[in-house]
This record gives sequence, C-alpha cells and structure tokens, in this order.
Amino acid sequence: MNDPTLFGLCGATLVGLGLYGLLCQPGALRKILAFNLIGSGVFLLFGVIALRGGGVLAAAGRGIDGDPVPQALIITGLVVAFAATSIAVALLLRLAETSGRTTLENEAPPAPSLPGERASRPDGES
Amino acid sequence: MDLAALLVTPFARLTELGGLLLVIPLMLPVVGLLLAPLLRGRWLGGGLLGRFTLLLLLLGLVAALAVATAVLTGDEALKYYLGGWLPPLGVALKADGLSAIMLLLSAVVILAVGVYAQREFQVPPDASETRASLVFWMLLMGVWAGLNAAFLGQDLFTLFVALELLTFSAVPLVALDGRAETLAAALRYLLFALLGSVLYLLGAVLFYGTYATLDITLLAERISGEPALPPAIIAAAALMTVGLLAKTALFPLHLWLPPAHAGAPPPASAILSALVVKASFFLILRLWFDVMPGALTPMVAQILGGLGAGAILFGNLVALRQARLKLLIAYSTVAQIGYLFLIFPLAARAESAALTGGMLQVVAHALAKAAMFMAAGLIAKALGHDRIRDLGGCVRVLPLTLLAFGLAGLSLIGLQPSGGYLTKTLLTAAADGTGQGWWGLVMQVGGLLTAAYLFWVFGHVLFAVPSTPAMPLKRPGRAQELVVLALALGALLLGLVPPALFDLVGVGRAGLEASATVATAMAGAFGWSKLWGDVWPLLVVGLLVLGMLPWPDRPAGGSPRPATTSLSVSGHWAAVLGTLLEPADRGLRQWPVAGLSFLILLLALAAAISTGA
Repeated sequence: MNDPTLFGLCGATLVGLGLYGLLCQPGALRKILAFNLIGSGVFLLFGVIALRGGGVLAAAGRGIDGDPVPQALIITGLVVAFAATSIAVALLLRLAETSGRTTLENEAPPAPSLPGERASRPDGES
Repeated sequence: MDLAALLVTPFARLTELGGLLLVIPLMLPVVGLLLAPLLRGRWLGGGLLGRFTLLLLLLGLVAALAVATAVLTGDEALKYYLGGWLPPLGVALKADGLSAIMLLLSAVVILAVGVYAQREFQVPPDASETRASLVFWMLLMGVWAGLNAAFLGQDLFTLFVALELLTFSAVPLVALDGRAETLAAALRYLLFALLGSVLYLLGAVLFYGTYATLDITLLAERISGEPALPPAIIAAAALMTVGLLAKTALFPLHLWLPPAHAGAPPPASAILSALVVKASFFLILRLWFDVMPGALTPMVAQILGGLGAGAILFGNLVALRQARLKLLIAYSTVAQIGYLFLIFPLAARAESAALTGGMLQVVAHALAKAAMFMAAGLIAKALGHDRIRDLGGCVRVLPLTLLAFGLAGLSLIGLQPSGGYLTKTLLTAAADGTGQGWWGLVMQVGGLLTAAYLFWVFGHVLFAVPSTPAMPLKRPGRAQELVVLALALGALLLGLVPPALFDLVGVGRAGLEASATVATAMAGAFGWSKLWGDVWPLLVVGLLVLGMLPWPDRPAGGSPRPATTSLSVSGHWAAVLGTLLEPADRGLRQWPVAGLSFLILLLALAAAISTGA
C-alpha cells in the first residue's frame, strides 16, 4: 500500500467516525469533537491530494513533486474549523450555565404555548 | 430602449467601473463590521450616528442596483479577477443575472431590517448598553458580507468560506436574547450547519483532486469534456448537494429550522428566513446549473423535486397545527423552501419557466416572509405574547401591521398579482408542458393549505373573544409598521413589474426567455373567470377553517384530548391529522432520524447521479 492510499484510508476512517459521532452521540460536546474529527479527515484527504502532486503548477510544468495549493486551503480550513469550534463551545458553555443542559436530545417544550388558564375558559363558539 | 436609458442614467458613473463594481458589495459590510465596535451599540441603533448604519445599507442598495443595471443593460456577466490573476491560480468574482438578483434582494431586505431594528435595538439614553444592541449590528453586517460573497464567488473554496461566514454570523443572531431555549436552538443549528459545510468542503476537495481547479467556469469546461463522470465527482456532487440541503433545511433535514427561526428576535428571524437559507439554495443552483449542467439526470431531478413536494405538504400541514404565530411562520418557511426545489424536475425541458419561476419564488418569499416575521414581532411586542388563540381583538390595536401580515400572506398563497402567483403559474405551466402534472397539483394543495393557516390566524384575530388589552404594551414605531407594509406590498406587486426587467434572470445563461414567459403568465391573470377560478377554492377553505375555530385544545404535555371538543367535521379530521403529524414531525427532528435521512439521501443521490453517468 503506498502512502497516498494509506493516508486516504485514514482520512476516510476519520470522516466515518466523526459522522457517526455527530449523528448518534447525544452529548453536545461529543458532537463538537466529532465535527472536528470529520474536519481532520477532510484535511488529511486534502493533504493526500497535495502529496499526490499534479495540480495547477504541474500543469504549468513546475512543481511536479507536490502541489502547494491544498496546503494554503487547509490552513484556511483549519482557521474556519477553529472558529466554528469556539462558537460551538461558547454556546454550549452558556447553555450549561443557564439551564444545566449539555445535550440537544430532549427539546424544550415549545415555550409558553398553550397556557393552562385556557382550560377553565369556555371555548368561544363561533 | 427607453426603459434601458431610464435605468442607466442614475448609475452611469458607477457602471463605468465594470468588474470593479463587484468589490463594493463585499467591501461595505466588512467596513461596517470593523467600524461597529468603535461606534458602540448606543450610537448604531438610533441617534445621529445611528444614521451611519442606514447610510451604509443605502450605499449597499445603490451598489446592488448599479450591479443589476450593468448586468441587465450589458447583457453579460460582470467579472473581476482579484489582483489581476486569472483562474486557476487566481480567484474570480462574477455577477451573472442570478447573482445580481440575489444581491439586490439582500440589499433591499437588509435595509428594511435595518430600519426596523433601529427601534428594536435602541438603547434608551438613561440605560446602560446591552450586548444585543451592539452585536446585532455586527452580525447583520457579517450576514450581509457572507451573502454577498456567496452570490459573487466563482470558486468552490471562496464559496465555502462565504457559507461559513454566513453561518457564524447567523447562529449567534438566533441566541441574541440568551435564553436557554434559544441557546439550544442556536447550538442545534450550528452543529447541523457544520455537518453540512464540512460535507460541502469534502465535495470541493474531491473536485480539486480530480480536476486540479476550484474555479466554476474551468470545472464546467473540464466536466463537459468528460465522456462519463468519474466516481469521485459523483461522490462529490452527492456530498455537496446533501450538505447544502441540510443548510437550506429542506424536508426531511429541517430539524434545526423551526426552533431557530421562531426563537430569534424578529429582525433576525426575518434575515434568517428570507435570506440565509436562500444562500445555500443558490449554491445548489450553481452546482447543478453552472458546474455540472449535464449531470442533472431525471432521477436526481425527481428526487430533489420529491423532497420539495414533501416539504410543501408536510410544512404546511404542520404549520396548521402550531399554537404560536412565529412557529407557524417558521413552518411556513419549511414549506416555501419546497417550491424552490420544484425547479429541478422542470428545468430539463422548460428551463425558462422553471428558473424564472424559481427566482421569483426566492424574491417573493424573501419579501413576504421578512414582512411576516417582523409583523409577528410587532404583534408580540404589543401584546406580550404571540399565541394564536389569544390574538382576538388585536386588529383594533395594530391595524396596519395585520394588514401587512395579510398582504404578505396573499403572496404566499399565490393570488394575482403577487410574486407567488407568478411562481405558481410559471411552474404549473412548466409541469403541464413537460407532462409532470403532479407537481402542479402539489402546488395547488400547498396554496390551499397556506390559505388555511392564514384563515386560521385571521379567524382568531377577527372573531375570537377579544382577550387582548385595548392598549398595546408597547406601541410599534411608525417607521417599523411602514417598512413591514412596504415589504409586503413589494411581494404582492411583484407581478406588475415590467416584464423586460425579468430578463435579468437569463443574463449569462443561454436560451432563457424570462420576459416572454412572464408576459404570457401575466397576460391572462386578471380575467374574471381566471380570478374566480383562483378565488373560489380559497373561499371554500376559508369557510371550512372558520367552521372549526374552536380547535380541540391540546393540554401542554398531555395527550391530545379526544376530538369531541371540536364542533365540526372539518375540526375532527384536522384533529386526527394533527395527532398523526405532530409525532411524525417530532420524530423527524430527532438527531439520529435526521442523520439517517441524511445518509439515505446521500446514497440515493449518488445512485441517481451514477445512473445517468
């Protein structure tokens, strides 16, 4: 097995693990971590594509052994993923502070929807 | 030509800039975003410096108008290459007709929201500044920058960054008031949107790995030269589409939308519902119509159209069961998103009608829904709640707001001469013309259900026991009411816009005859028989709904009371339907179930693409 295939399979495994975690783990923190796993898998895959060479510079006849463009994009992607994680963690911390909840499973009942006093009042019969 | 001359004159100097013009809509929001912390919330929401925000938004509108004029009169897409570097090394910005429409639409809606929010987030002179009063303006600018970048970007990675900027600005808007339930809604929205965007990124990576470029034009060239799509591209297309569907909240991936859109402050809900979900839809259009037009196989189109039809029926039915006005409007958004996806099955053989109808739906829904959310906000402010059952008598308190709400509703139903009418007529004609009459049927049923919940709301407003105080808790500002009314009128009168302007849809796209299709659709709109044919089903629905006003009450947390409390046959069936639908909706909005639908959709789309490849 050559390097690109090995790393590619690793990336795929990470994406799969992360996908499972994001969809099936009830805890919000685990979901956030799972999102980071998927992100790492995608970046690894992008790295493999760079390692494989080719790309823009190869088409121009230069830089045959490796493609620099994905690396620039990976760095941007890392920054974006970092920002996403920090927003999610900040929201989760605030949620835990205000309500003590750390999961998203049991949705709160839809606010003060149908108040109890309606039961005592006769329904307006039109 | 007369019309063209009239359009060009005010923007002559601006349109001379050519491609450079595209930088302005990207620059203005970022300037606003950076200056906002210096100016502080106290000054941004009202006061002399508060005009600064509005000035910025007005400048944005002028820039968007200039772009639209330049695109329409020049009859070709505007392009700008950053730093003068051509793709594949450089990054391109491009405004074709669709981008120009979206730029203009977002400038209009954001300006309206800005005017509305001046009062909503005002800091009283003697009070200390709150977090929301500053952060709202920063996030508004962030959303605007993200939207404009998503509409102008020509590079899959630029579009990814734009989508993320949009998500990161939209999510905190949901949780602006800091209550636990809105925080949970925001977190849910963020996590699901992140899942969508990371899959989009994975798709973009696969595109790069196969074709060594991310530029849309170059990709389209390279893909059209292929005899068959490579497997990596099939996977990429399926991943990107499903990821973007999750961000658009198309049924059955709508788990995050209702709590997020209903929980946000009204101006934020207006932005989220009117514009934010449209950006990811716009990218789906880009993907299927610009990057890989050949890959839209009939199977893919039918799957997307089927989801759209499901959204229309399901969203409208669940909306009918909502007890709170804002949740009703949020579910109505779930339904209205469905119409957008009917474009795909119709586009193969009736592209003009399908694309024009779809863009009209984007515009009409954005205007109408922004108006409805802001009207609901005014109602909630004035009454202190937004329970539909207790709206009785509020028409005395807020006549203008309710008028705007109703007019916006007419556009959602699709009555002449609204944008909704044009959408429905164009899409129905396309469906009949291509032998797929069932899509037209779905739209008819959707329109009737929309009418049903609007009658439901107005039935309570007009006929229920007046339980609201004669004096509002907080009287809405005149400017707020007027801006809501203006948006609603915009949606309602969209059909009266000169058809020549609709040609904007087709700029940069071969063989689209938007103005001709619109002119045909409007030609017969006002005949008596046509009007009567459209109105009588609505009247029947109206009578049915008014007949069941004493809706079977559902005690909070308990099982539905037997339908005996209901007095009418229609009420009984509605109750039965409700007991079926609500658990279904709750089930679909569970994470594992949504995840399962996500994966099934992914596989189905991949299979559907490969059948045609």
